[in-house]
Amino acid sequence: MITTDICIIGAGPVGLFAVFEAGLLKMRCHLIDALPIVGGQLAEIYPQKPIYDIPGAPGIIAEDLVKNLLVQIEEFKPGFTLGERVEFLEKQEDESYIVTTNEGTAVHCKVVVIAAGLGSFEPRKPAVERLEHFEGKGVHYMVKKPEQFRDQHVVLAGGGDSALDWTIFLADIASHVTLVHRGDTFRGAPDSAEKVFELAEKGKINLILQSQVNSLGGNGVLKEVSILGNDKSITTIPTDHFIPLFGLSPKLGPIADWKLGVEKSAVVVNTFDYSTNVERIYAIGDINTYPGKLKLILCGFHEAAIMMQSAFKYVYPDQKLSFKYTTVNGVNAF
Amino acid sequence: MINITIENNLGERQNLEVPVDMGFNLMEILKAYEYDIMATCGGMALCATCHIEVLEGADKLPECNDNELATLDTLPDADMNSRLSCQIRPSTDMNGLVIRLKALQEA
Ligand SMILES: Cc1cc2nc3c(=O)[nH]c(=O)nc-3n(C[C@H](O)[C@H](O)[C@H](O)COP(=O)(O)OP(=O)(O)OC[C@H]3O[C@@H](n4cnc5c(N)ncnc54)[C@H](O)[C@@H]3O)c2cc1C
Ligand code: FES
Repeated sequence: MITTDICIIGAGPVGLFAVFEAGLLKMRCHLIDALPIVGGQLAEIYPQKPIYDIPGAPGIIAEDLVKNLLVQIEEFKPGFTLGERVEFLEKQEDESYIVTTNEGTAVHCKVVVIAAGLGSFEPRKPAVERLEHFEGKGVHYMVKKPEQFRDQHVVLAGGGDSALDWTIFLADIASHVTLVHRGDTFRGAPDSAEKVFELAEKGKINLILQSQVNSLGGNGVLKEVSILGNDKSITTIPTDHFIPLFGLSPKLGPIADWKLGVEKSAVVVNTFDYSTNVERIYAIGDINTYPGKLKLILCGFHEAAIMMQSAFKYVYPDQKLSFKYTTVNGVNAF
Repeated sequence: MINITIENNLGERQNLEVPVDMGFNLMEILKAYEYDIMATCGGMALCATCHIEVLEGADKLPECNDNELATLDTLPDADMNSRLSCQIRPSTDMNGLVIRLKALQEA
């Protein structure tokens, strides 16, 4: 079991900056995110876009803001569990919490901070017969450990950058790679599209265009996919793995079941300290709501600073908190 | 003003009066009519949470731009009639358009 002072659900910009504010008060953090990378919406939706309203960082590229946030919190050595979705919160007798993910990772903490943005980013699932039946038995929505595909038959589906990138990458690892795409051109990065066509010409991958995977077959584990062409033809090919890559969409998910006040997919908080209706649980950033709420990174940063001052009493119940500027004390790492 | 019709999953249709002179895109109009559209990216053709299917009148719409096509390409349920409503600016030519909100079915 991981033990920490503060467990932060969501490693978007607000969750990341919250580590800094906690660190200034000598509180340790562990962050959990459903995405395999940190940065939340900045990493998933608009990594290359400039952001103009971060004070002191005009026109900063989203991806760079995330990198800078990581540098800023490095000294506080936060722990990370990535690629896992928080499912349960369980209150302990001493009022602390155990936070558990869908993969069974458990974090014991004194305070829970929900910085879950729009909710957890979940894979968009195509309408393929028996798709869910084969989840964990050959169907994967993201590539976490490429080595698991070594010398295997793999079928990928999708037309975006991740479908192209993983097709190229797995061409060197898997024994057979097939990419199935609905159209006949790709609008992902032109370099990657060109590379995929080249690999297909050289016979290194099997490229099936104007088609969609429409059903899966196998006994217990995945054995074959059936592919429906736009011309209504059906082809069945043997495979060990099917990787549909159609991007992610945010879902509020388990947070909705935690008996917190929820209004229009956001957690209601007290603006005094961004606490929820449950003691020791705070909500900051896009996930919270209150009169006048603005879903801006800047506002999430402010909320993180205020809420950490309030959380201090649970982590250090015997100490009195006195406010200090970083210019006076510097940043004292652990 | 033009008329645009929205069909729900049960096949029921609702008529919307849509202004063409106020600079709104179709996603903004759907939001103004309180359809539960997330429109996470605010109309940048990035999030696809404003995905619609054009049931009637596709020929009245201008072609998709590159960003719209690139985003539609990543959706598992997009087809020839799919569009991103944030990329469509209603004009008088679009009177009588019939659409269905596809992103809502994802939830
Ligand atoms: C296209 C676009 C442009 C934008 N431009 C600007 C701008 O110019 N300026 C600005 O201030 N804001 C902008 N925003 C808004 C800004 O991105 C958000 O306000 C900001 O990302 C909120 O940060 P957050 O950390 O609260 O949430 P998010 O960035 O949404 O991060 C939340 C994280 O929590 C994770 N999560 C959720 N639930 C769970 C769970 N149960 N288990 C594990 N992980 C979970 C998610 O996977 C996600 O990574 C823009 C947004 C978009 C989409
Ligand atoms: S609002 Fe995001 S794609 Fe239209």
